[in-house]
Parts: sequence; structure tokens; C-alpha cells
Amino acid sequence: MKKGYDVTIIGGGVVGCAIARELSRYDLFVSLIEKESDVGLGTSSRNSGVIHSGINYKPGTLRAKVDVRGNKLMDKLCRDIKVKMKRIGKITVAKDEKDIPTLYRLKEQGEVNGVPGLKILDQKEMRKIQPGVSGISALYSPSSGIVCPYGLTIGLAENAHDNGVHFHLCQEVSSIETLTDGGFMIRMKSGTRLQTQVLINAAGLFADSICRMAGIEEYRIYPCRGEYYVLDKRLNGTIKTLIYPAPRTDDPGLGIHLTPTVDGNILIGPSAEYIEEHEDYACTAEIMKSLREEGHNLLPDLQMSDFIRNFSGVRPKLTPPEVGGNSDFVIEDRRDINGFINLAGIESPGLTSAPAIAEMVLSMVGDHLPLRPNVHFSPDRKGSPFFFSELPEEEKKQLISENPNYGEIICRCEKITKQEILDAINNPLGARTFVSIKYRARSGMGRCQGGFCMPRITKILRDEFGLSPEEFILRSRTSPLFVGKVREGDQK
Amino acid sequence: MTVEKRGIVIIGGGPAGLAAAISARENGCEDVLLIERDRILGGILNQCIHDGFGLHTFGSSLSGPEYAGRFIDRFQELGINVMEGSIVLSLDENRVLSVSSREGYRVIQAGAVILAMGCRERTRGAISIPGRRPSGIYTAGAAQNLINLENIMVGKRVCILGSGDIGLIMARRMTLEGAHVEAVFELLPYSSGLPRNIQQCLNDFNIPLFLSTTITNIHGKDRLEGISVAQVGQDRCPIPETERYVPCDTLLLSVGLIPENDLSRDTGIELDPKTSGAIVDDAFMTSIPGIFACGNVLHVHDLVDWVSLEAASAGAFAANYVRGIKEGRSSIPVSAGEGIRYTLPQAISGRMDLTLSMRVSAPWRNRTIVIKDGETEIKRKRMVRLHPAEMIRVDLKANDIASCSRLEVSVE
Repeated sequence: MKKGYDVTIIGGGVVGCAIARELSRYDLFVSLIEKESDVGLGTSSRNSGVIHSGINYKPGTLRAKVDVRGNKLMDKLCRDIKVKMKRIGKITVAKDEKDIPTLYRLKEQGEVNGVPGLKILDQKEMRKIQPGVSGISALYSPSSGIVCPYGLTIGLAENAHDNGVHFHLCQEVSSIETLTDGGFMIRMKSGTRLQTQVLINAAGLFADSICRMAGIEEYRIYPCRGEYYVLDKRLNGTIKTLIYPAPRTDDPGLGIHLTPTVDGNILIGPSAEYIEEHEDYACTAEIMKSLREEGHNLLPDLQMSDFIRNFSGVRPKLTPPEVGGNSDFVIEDRRDINGFINLAGIESPGLTSAPAIAEMVLSMVGDHLPLRPNVHFSPDRKGSPFFFSELPEEEKKQLISENPNYGEIICRCEKITKQEILDAINNPLGARTFVSIKYRARSGMGRCQGGFCMPRITKILRDEFGLSPEEFILRSRTSPLFVGKVREGDQK
Repeated sequence: MTVEKRGIVIIGGGPAGLAAAISARENGCEDVLLIERDRILGGILNQCIHDGFGLHTFGSSLSGPEYAGRFIDRFQELGINVMEGSIVLSLDENRVLSVSSREGYRVIQAGAVILAMGCRERTRGAISIPGRRPSGIYTAGAAQNLINLENIMVGKRVCILGSGDIGLIMARRMTLEGAHVEAVFELLPYSSGLPRNIQQCLNDFNIPLFLSTTITNIHGKDRLEGISVAQVGQDRCPIPETERYVPCDTLLLSVGLIPENDLSRDTGIELDPKTSGAIVDDAFMTSIPGIFACGNVLHVHDLVDWVSLEAASAGAFAANYVRGIKEGRSSIPVSAGEGIRYTLPQAISGRMDLTLSMRVSAPWRNRTIVIKDGETEIKRKRMVRLHPAEMIRVDLKANDIASCSRLEVSVE
């Protein structure tokens, strides 16, 4: 038994999980620490799910480099780990003549960054791609696309787990001690300790806190919230491509826009507002109102009943509110603290960039530890996470005859079968919250928002997994769903 | 794939589906098949363990399961076929259904289809409540299911948004099970539940009802810790200076029911934006020939008795349809005028007696429901009390409407 881990990653977001999977290709003893009850519960699941082409980033920056590279890696990665993605392209729309120079600037910038297939479209060409869109011209980037953001994070994590990475969920780091003979001792709030040779900070919104624990004072994360609306699948197909307004320099995000999701919903958002608390995932009345108005402007067919949910995510920004805009990603192998690889300010396009960041980090790890291939590595995620409802009729019939659990629908809106719920509950990471099940199986994501399936999943967890009502949690140990039984003394 | 042929297929085994199936059978259709997604018949009535059902139909106050039981007994007596634990995945305009269950995947060609899928609850997302997203927020019906069917208590200190009947029933239920119900908040200046429920579920238990009040914020990072509420002005927007904090660990939402027409929409059935249900004629036939609709999937009812009556009628018409007795298209449009939120059916043939169902748009006293054909008055019905929570039924005789060209219903 080796003395502790070779590499430990703090943070189970998409970046941490991509690094974990990348490292699992090699003969390294790797662990990942996540404070929440599952991976991908922070910024990684709370975003537009866009695969960015790389037109928006200054040439020569890390953001430009890892985004374009990450974009290229996405197709194979999503095939291997069975994650939904679609290259639907993007139009950046000029509202009037004033925006035209921006389009040309972005095109040139994108070309320098190595973005393929960029083209300026006139109004007619633009409307061929997206009928009815208002604006006079657009920059078309065919390599833009969409991916399921939590699906990607979970897929990376589960495949990393398949390949031997240890996941420590519900473990919040409380201190980091640099050991005199090399490596680190990490202490958790739970009292657990863990030793590692190389330590990777992928803590996202808490990257600055982790830095401070390691003695690095120079970073501060400014949380900047983005709110969204989720629209009903009734409108599936109305948005054929990503539609962004030509960016204005003072906007800390990319502007409020409509984004189709891989599952057929449409997102309106995100807003951008700096907030005090890092994990304040509230939605506010004012912004909700402006998003609704924006939605009605952009989608004339939108009805009030099409709004099915709100959510918000928080960007881990390195730029304070008074500065605004973006700064470059920090991806550094700290020379002052041997073995500490530091990632900070990985906001958008972090989702797209994650696989490329993982490659960069791997080469940094290679400066500290020998990289011998893991002969057991399999790039294919175990299990068969597919969506039953999307299968052809004959295949459905066959599957039900082999396994009756495919015949029983638990989530009526999304047509999720009992077997898919069971697979989600039995996930390899051992995450067993309602959100974990939802992010894997899509239960509760439809228009009834779990009104129908929540009691049914509760029944499965109780009758087939032996959980008592107090043990049912929404997303963490501190978010219990129930207080107990109504009456004692019966079998339930 | 093999296609089974069936006479009348009924989707949904709640009160509407049961009554429609019984009636279809009693009206001569030998081949009736009812498809129910749950493992047992009865639908939402199974979780409605309070009484008050069946006063009109049976002259006694039954619990939900008892009311359903009377129909289930008759259903079984008639030996009607049923597929339980089965869900209809698709229905096309030629009445071909694909059905999934643990027993297998089946494709069925129906002579007629009766939609009886009921309704679902409006959610937090649908009404855009701002704030955080902690645990402890449930629709009233989901909480009712957990408490009454699963023996799971959802919380101890409860607020309820919306004065719909399920919310009122749950205020009493939670209280009886030892929870403290802080209050019920209603956006409208009047209750959206039945007056008898206000009395029996709130007043009798000293639970306050705050009208013209809504939730402005939800607090609690993990589990719900409290809500902010504020009075609303005439524009239904919160008045900031009236905002106050109410601590609670549970919020139940009873903010409206929506007919569950996802399947109908996918089939291409024309829906009425006012009822969110199908547009039907006086035979309860939808825009697609041979597909009928009844019960809460057609429009949300106040009493189950009316659901059963309507469904029995739809069942009889479906039985006629498969026998080849086509009523012919109904060409007399019926529209909602002043003071009426909706009327149903939306078109009639003028060849048979019928009952118009309707809801008013605001509460009134001592008014008259008037039905006119242009300037000609067809019928008037004096009402001591009109309330949006209560469905109004007006009977029309074929004689009165035979020569009409269009009908308008209004409140005078």
C-alpha cells in the first residue's frame, strides 16, 4: 500500500471530473474530494450547456486555447461516456449596423483561435438557419453546440470511477498541510484525513478558499449569478440553433439568450448579477420578470404555461464587480508550493474547456509523477445510460419483454421507466439523493416537476432500498424531504 | 408489430374513466377496455380519504375510496376489461394506441377512444415564485399522496399558498396529524375553493386565510426556513411595505389544476385555451372523430358527481359511435359572454337535450345566467350565489335550441 494518493483533486465539478478521468488513463492512485452529496451540483449543472466555438476569447489567452481544443474533443468524449450532445451551430446576431464591426472582429478573432467554418451571413441566409430571427446579419459558427452539462460531469465521474478513481463525496476540506518531505495532508470537516503527493485545486466557487488553505493569498473569487427559466418541451424545435446577440463590451456574460437543451427544452437566460454568498442559488422577482419579457420578445408563440421552472447558477469570477468583464483562466503548476496545481476563475467556457484543461493538468502532473499507462483503462462508460423513451418501438418492445421494469413508467412527463430509475439509484458513485436520480434519469424534469414521480420514487427507495422517510434527501444531508412517518405501527 | 382491435378504449381509471366504461358497456358496447397507469383503479380518489363525495349521486357523504368503490364494484360486475399498471405512450388520429406495461408493449386499434386522464397540479415553476429552492415545498396533492397512501409526514410547520380545494383539505389533514398550519395565502380577493371547505377545513380549525396575498420570497438554503408574503394590489402585484416573514418548514401549493392533455396535444386534438381541455361537441367528441373526452381532462370540475355524470354521457355517445350512430358535426357554436369564464361544450348539434357546464369569472350574488341566440333569449337561470370555484350546470332541451344558429352565455 502506497502512502496516500498520488493525486487528489478537490472539487467534483466538470473540470475536476474531467481531470480525474484523464488521470485514470495512467497508473496513478487518484482521489477526488467533493463537499456535496454528488458531483456536478454547483456551477457545472447550473449553466446553459453550450459547447462554445471559441470566437469570443482573445487570441493567445488560455480561455481561447482550452476552449477550441475542448470543443474538438467533445464528440468522441460524449460518445465514449454516453452523454447527449448536438452540434447545432450558433448565430451571433447583429441587431443593427452598429453591431456589424463586432461580427467581423469576432470572425477574425475566431479564425486566429482556430475556430473552423466561420461565416458572415446576410439576413436571408441567417433566417434560413433560424426562421423569423430579428437582426440584419449574423456570424455563423458551425462548431458550436449543446451538451447535457450535468450528464457530462456525471459521465466523466462515473467513467473515472470505472477506471479506479476514488470519489469521496460529502467531504468538505477544512485544512491543507504541506508536508516537509513532499506532498500534502488534507483534513476534512468530518475528521477524515487524506494524504496525497500532488494536489489539484478544482474547487470552482471555492478555489480561493482552497488557495488560502495552501497559503496562496492572491486570488479572490467574485460570485456572479445567472438566472434562467426552463421552458416546456412543447416548444421543442422552434429554436434550431444557438442565437446570441452581438456582445457588448460591458456585459459580464454573453447576454440573455435562448438555448435549446439536448433534451428538447429551451432555456432563457442567464442574467448576470454579482452576489455576496457563493452558493446563493435564488431566483429574484425582478430578473424573473425581465427574463419572461425577454422570452416573449424572442419567442412570440410563448405562453405563460410554457414556463416550467427557474434555476440559477453562479460564475466563479476573478474580476470584481467594479471591473466587470472577464479575466483569463488560471491554470498553473505552483512553483512556490511543490505539487500544488491550481485552477481558478474557470467560468464560461469551462464546460467546453474541461477536457482540454484536463490534458493540460495531466502534463503538469507528469512533471511530478511518472505517467505509465493504466492497462485496464477503458474509455467507455460502464452500463448503458440511454433514454428508453427515445428508442424505436421494436426495441422498446424487446427490452420490456426481457425486463418488465422497462414497461413501468415512473415519470409520466418524461416517460422514464422504472429500470432507468433503478439504474440511477444504483449509480457507481453511490449518490442517493432525489437530485442525483433526477440528473441521471431526468425524472421530475418535466412539466409536472415531480408531482407525479416523487411519491413513486419515494416508494421505490423505501420498499426496494429500505430507506426510512427521514433518510430521503433532496440534495444534501441538510435538505431532508420528510420528517418521518405519519403513524407508527404499520409495515410501511 | 401485431395490432389488437378493440371496441372502446378508455384512457384513465379514475372517476371519469370508470363511469365512462360502465356507461359504454351498459349502452351496448361489448368490447370495452380501460387502461389505467396505476396498479389499482380509482385514480386520485384513492388518496382523498376525506368525505363529501357522492352527495348528489348517492345522497350520502362518502370518502374518495368509497365513492370509487361503488363504481369499481359495478365495473367488475359488468366484467369490463382493464389493463392496470399500463401507460399510453402514444395515440394517433386513427385511434391507434401504443401501451406500455410490465406485461409488455402493445399496439391497439380502437373503434373509439375516451380520454379520461384527469388533471395535474400547477407547480412552483408555473407560477414563478421567486427565492431559493430548498426541500419542503410540495404541491398539495403530492403531499396528500405521501401522507395518506405512503404514511410519510412531509413537515411540521406548514404554510399553504392557494385556496384551492386540495390545499384546504390538506390544511385540515396536516392539522389532524399534528402539524401546525400557519396560514393559507390566496392571491385573489376571494377563495378559489368551495365555501364548505373554507368552513370545515379552515374556520373550524382556526386556520387564517389571507386573501389578496402572495409569496414574495422563499428562504432556506437546504430545508425551507420561511417565506415572505405580501399583500397584492388590484394589479395582483405585491405591495412592498406589506411584506412580512413567516417561518415554516413546509410549503404546500394549491394553485390550480391543469387538465392533463399532453397526449391529446401530441395526437393533434384541438384544445381550448380557456379550459386547457379538448374542444368538444354535445356528444363529448373532440376535433378528431371517434375520440371523446370527459371529466377533469376536459375541464376541471368542482365535484366528482358531475365528473361521473359527464363521463357516463360520453360513454354512451362513444357506444353509439362504435355502433355506427354518428351524431353528425355540431354546427351551433356556444360562446362565453360577459361574466362567464368558459362554457362547455363549445359547439352543439341542436338535436338533443344537453347540459351546459360553465364557470363564472368573479363571485356575485343575485344574478341571472342568460343564454341567448343573438337577441333571442333561450333560457335564464336565477342564481342566489355565483362563485368561480363552483361549476354551474344549465340544462337545455332540444326543443329550445333546435333552430338556433349560435348561443352565448352571460351573467346579468
